[in-house]
Amino acid sequence: MSTPKDIQSTPRRFGRLWRFFQEVPLLGWLTGALAAVLAEQFVGLDLAHLVDLPKIPVLFGFENALKKPELIPGTVLYILMIYLAPTLLVGRLLQLPANRVAGFLARRWPVASVVFHLALLYAVLHIWSDINDYRVIVVKITLIAVMLTLSLNVINGYMGEFSCSHPGFMALGAYAGSVVTIVLFTNSSMYGPAVLPPAIGPYLFPVALFVGGCVAAVGALAVAIPSFRTRGDYLAIISLAFTFIVKSLIENLEIVGGPRGMRGQPDWSNLPVVFVCTVVCVAVINNFVRSTHGLALNAVRDNEMAAEAMTINTQRTKMIAFLFSAFWAGVAGVLFAHVLRYVNPGTFGLQQLAEVLAMMYFGGLNSIYGSIVGAVSINLMSEMLRPLEIWKWILIPLLLILVMIFRPTGLIAFRDFDPVRLIQPKGKERSKLEA
Amino acid sequence: MTVFLQNLINALQWGSFYAVIAIGYSMVYSILMLFNFAHGDIFMTGSYIGFGVATGLMALSAAGVIALPNWLILVLTLLISMVLTSFLGMFIERVGYRPLRDAPRASAAITGLMIGIILETGNLILLGAQRIKFPALVEPVTYDLGGVFVTNQKVLIVVVSLSLAMALHQFIRRTRWGMAMRAMAFDYVVVPLMGVPINKIAAMTFALGSGLAAAAGILFGVAYPVLDPYMGIVFGWKAFVAAILGGRGSILGATLAGFILGFIEIFVAMVFPSTLRDFIAYSIILLILVFRPYGLFGEPYSVRLRL
Repeated sequence: MSTPKDIQSTPRRFGRLWRFFQEVPLLGWLTGALAAVLAEQFVGLDLAHLVDLPKIPVLFGFENALKKPELIPGTVLYILMIYLAPTLLVGRLLQLPANRVAGFLARRWPVASVVFHLALLYAVLHIWSDINDYRVIVVKITLIAVMLTLSLNVINGYMGEFSCSHPGFMALGAYAGSVVTIVLFTNSSMYGPAVLPPAIGPYLFPVALFVGGCVAAVGALAVAIPSFRTRGDYLAIISLAFTFIVKSLIENLEIVGGPRGMRGQPDWSNLPVVFVCTVVCVAVINNFVRSTHGLALNAVRDNEMAAEAMTINTQRTKMIAFLFSAFWAGVAGVLFAHVLRYVNPGTFGLQQLAEVLAMMYFGGLNSIYGSIVGAVSINLMSEMLRPLEIWKWILIPLLLILVMIFRPTGLIAFRDFDPVRLIQPKGKERSKLEA
Repeated sequence: MTVFLQNLINALQWGSFYAVIAIGYSMVYSILMLFNFAHGDIFMTGSYIGFGVATGLMALSAAGVIALPNWLILVLTLLISMVLTSFLGMFIERVGYRPLRDAPRASAAITGLMIGIILETGNLILLGAQRIKFPALVEPVTYDLGGVFVTNQKVLIVVVSLSLAMALHQFIRRTRWGMAMRAMAFDYVVVPLMGVPINKIAAMTFALGSGLAAAAGILFGVAYPVLDPYMGIVFGWKAFVAAILGGRGSILGATLAGFILGFIEIFVAMVFPSTLRDFIAYSIILLILVFRPYGLFGEPYSVRLRL
């Protein structure tokens, strides 16, 4: 039976309905989602024809519902039948076995439980995006945005600075990674024939990711060192100047293509790679911010002098935070370059800055959940609202302003992210686990 | 030498845009401690409003309703657009910033960014994507001063910008309202207890800043008569740099920093290939900030940042 605390924490408005589903563990939901995407894979097209849709709605049907209002009922029906009903039904039906399995795994072998959940999540994403290539791109870009937003949250949320340098870090990573893969593994017109056999390239792609991250981290020294003496607004323009400098530097380096950009990156940023990178990034950043270093970041944010008095080495803390954050931004940059297979300096300008800042502050300060939610929702929204064309850029900013006014720290701020708790079974199994 | 002097003149003109925009930025920043990221787009909107007013007045004049000479049209355009843009600024403050006054400052910065995007997009929707030509209000006359060419437009721009900056400086130094503003910049919490109407002051700050941005927009239109909806972005961010480089709470600092930024950009472009402009200009700014971490005229302040 559920404890009273669980009932309290359920959202009141959906109380009745939610109580029916509240003992479904995450494993159950994932299985439900898997059932839903499988259903779409096998009967999606028939069902779409049945409800008068020309094809399977690409991103939950917004794109055609916004263009042709007469398709709205069909789209709603489709979403209900393909996504909502299977998820809810299968999730609820499998509640008992899912709880048993989750409980068993959590007791016996917690690591396997985590891996199992992630594998299910990957399967859902993979099958869902298998329908067409557009979905694959959207999923990849969204996952990269999650990494970017998380790494920004380390500085802007956890350490409380206002850093505008992320496009710069990302650019450094993207270019460094591209140079590595293009020089070593591809026959390009810019750098001549491949140095190493291209066949081993995909296995050495992590090296490129690592190099990209490290180059970004070295670049971050330019922002980290001034941050010892200055904070807040002045640091904000130092970091902004950094972004301008990096962009301008790349524009002037003919060896990486200058303003024309760089093309021909091999196609190694496939979905599994991006997914694994994102998972590693989330895990590492989550552990980082919950470690003593992460707590030191919060101390520096709240009161630097008091933190110093409490024997926190503030310079070291800031340095670590900047390098760490830049590293992940750099990795995200490498992935980004290999997803698009083309980079140019214009990508890493003020537009990118506004985007990543918006995602982070929309999601919430000081919170892993927040960054994930922010990045995913802003990205999906801007893809789904594409048919609105220019009006999209009125709607999304308005939404962000409203969120800022009613929840100034973002949607989900200051919330701990505890994956172990997340994958626990619910109900009877949980009390067994806790006992 | 003549090349140097010529570039000096150009830098003065280029710097005046930065200076006038940076002053508006700096006012909001010092008095309300906000990053007004919408400021660049207010500048853009001011320019478009100026375009509308000027076109309207010229049409009236051409239709013979009231015969106005061109200089009068320019003055009227400046005044009317400054007033209209002030209202826009006050509206933005009321809608976007006042609800967030006690929120983390970064949230207000995001609101500003978003308001900026809305202004750009609104402009695109209203007027379409084609660029608009600002009416030629000032017939260019070139004076030759021993090899250095000065146009009357440049003189006009520099003089108007400097006098606006001086006027604002005097306003802040000498009037009661200015005193209230300085007090608010000094201590944000106690000043309302002294009976200073904080909302009025905030609205006024935004009005003044936006009015200045509109003036800059019109002057920009006079010098470079092609307007497009995204022209404010770069100016906004650069004015942000200038405002903070000048130091918190210093109008003159912001003006000077605006001019310095203009000078650096023009002279870097003179000596080095112009593609290196941003790289060198911002490296210099980075260096300045490493050695003067609180800006040119700012004082180290230890208030707990509300980020």
